[in-house]
Amino acid sequence: MVRILLITTALLVMVLFLVLPLLTVFIQALSAGFGAYVAAIVDPNVTAAIGLTLLIAAIAVPANLVFGIVASWCIARFRFPGRSVLLTLIDLPFSISPVVAGLLEVLLFGLNGLLGPFLAAHGVQIIFALPGMVLATIFVTFPFVAREVIPLAQEQGNDEEEAAVTLGASGLQIFWRVSLPKIRWGLFYGVLLCNARAMGEFGAVSVVSGKVFGSTDTLPLAVESLYESYEIQAAFAAASLLALLALATLVLKAALEWWHRDEIAASRPRTSARPQKAA
Amino acid sequence: MTADIAVSHVSRSFGAHKVLDDVSLTVAPGELLALLGPSGSGKTTLLRLIAGLDQPDSGRITIGDIDASSRKPKERGVGFVFQHYALFRHMSVFENIAFPLRVRKAGKTEIRARVVELLRLIQLEALAKRYPSQLSGGQRQRVALARALASQPRVLLLDEPFGALDAVVRRDLRRWLHHLHREMNITTIFVTHDQEEAFELADRVVIMQQGRISQQGTPMDIYRQPANIFVHEFLGESNRIACHVVDLKVRADAGYFLGQTDGADGAATAFVRPHQIAVRPSASGPWRVAQIASSGTHARLTLAWQETRLESGMTADALLAAGLAVGTPVDIAFTGGAVFREGGAPSALQNQPEEKSVSDIGRTQLSVL
Repeated sequence: MVRILLITTALLVMVLFLVLPLLTVFIQALSAGFGAYVAAIVDPNVTAAIGLTLLIAAIAVPANLVFGIVASWCIARFRFPGRSVLLTLIDLPFSISPVVAGLLEVLLFGLNGLLGPFLAAHGVQIIFALPGMVLATIFVTFPFVAREVIPLAQEQGNDEEEAAVTLGASGLQIFWRVSLPKIRWGLFYGVLLCNARAMGEFGAVSVVSGKVFGSTDTLPLAVESLYESYEIQAAFAAASLLALLALATLVLKAALEWWHRDEIAASRPRTSARPQKAA
Repeated sequence: MTADIAVSHVSRSFGAHKVLDDVSLTVAPGELLALLGPSGSGKTTLLRLIAGLDQPDSGRITIGDIDASSRKPKERGVGFVFQHYALFRHMSVFENIAFPLRVRKAGKTEIRARVVELLRLIQLEALAKRYPSQLSGGQRQRVALARALASQPRVLLLDEPFGALDAVVRRDLRRWLHHLHREMNITTIFVTHDQEEAFELADRVVIMQQGRISQQGTPMDIYRQPANIFVHEFLGESNRIACHVVDLKVRADAGYFLGQTDGADGAATAFVRPHQIAVRPSASGPWRVAQIASSGTHARLTLAWQETRLESGMTADALLAAGLAVGTPVDIAFTGGAVFREGGAPSALQNQPEEKSVSDIGRTQLSVL
């Protein structure tokens, strides 16, 4: 009885908070017919926003991928002063409001900011331009890859790398053949999440973008611009693209997990094979 | 005969803790050597230094005729089997074994032939496509061994090779490794804290204590003549008896007679293993069987005389044949043992009855048999 009650409650909550809103997005987007839906998307301002969103993600995601690998490698391999500080700092973007993150950037790179005058003197514009939006996105999506990979690398330890050393592998060979493959599933999830967030980020990017519709608007910003100018159907059409992105991410993740289920099972940590540590 | 591995005056500290303190050791070609010691005695550190996974603070290590201290691990010709195997979890058994060949850029056909050969050696041909997590502990151990042997190393180093396995698998693998060593005759060092394992497998045993070598020699030599109290106690249980030596005669401080020994007079400690106390029923005592604990094939007897308690061991069959039970009055004889004096070398305890009557000697020998 309790079980049925709990399951029903869980299902109701899920439908109310997840399924219904998602459906509403598509219903609203298609409310004026499929032709109007397509027209809203191929609007030059919207296609520009799509392009900008893709561009920012294409820069921010690889940057955070590299950072995640380096950070996890350092933290799992070495004991150095400031190690725990670094671990804490990685979580900072999670605990700070994206709007504050955007403001920090304005304070740093803006015309009246710390580095602003210097940059302006050299003709570099960061705030209200692409570089600022990329930096804000990198900042906000910073933890996704690192957070997935660091615990994995820490748990797997250094044994396999040491084995590779005794088997005659060079540093580069160890990285490509051992260290990278053993964390690749963590990396993959991290990248998927990082990408979804990079494309969907609103707060931080909104502060630094200047919101010039058709020029420095990303897709989430375009949704807001359209909504505020009472183009409800067009706003939902753009929003439906973001919803589709979320769905595609989930489907891709599930599909890859299913295709590679043997390998994923095999690469799980072998806790059963590690009894107490002897001398 | 030149040494295959020579370790000379090697020291290594971690912080303030001296893990290895001026250790010197040579291993002959084809030898199977055991590094035996309790945890924290430095044996694994020594193995890692030989493999090149760590660098000594001082001292020299040579492998064959090359000075290994300056060489990278890959140039040392060393195969290393880790305690927890450290197999590559994302690679199949085949790829694990092929790894040392791939990083050396061996040809495809050569790799295939060598891996197949090794798979046959470890009797796991059927499991080539499995991942390590799909193998049992014993199978993983064998894969790790095959991987270490793939590049035909000059020496093989094994860190607690049977540490993580259950008793039956352990025994089988031990025999298998022994057989393999005989067949391939590769110079091998293995680390263990299990005295039985070391003595059964090794040609020579090196006993380590607190970063130093306590004693080295063949299992038989070490067992017969432990160099010090640490080694004697590490090799198995003993009765520890405070005693005095007077005119080569050894008498326990509690009053009973132990036997004869060489060396100086004075206070000493005698160590007598349970099986070195022969027990026979004797109506006049003076000892008495206080307790019997049987573990199936063997029985352990606690013998009592006044406040003194000694442990004796014998086979369950011998116990039955002698007709011993709790409360039986018995006489005992010490058939062996070691006498340690403060700061001096130990001497053997010999079985010499105090009064040499012919019938006593005869009876003692009988009970020994």
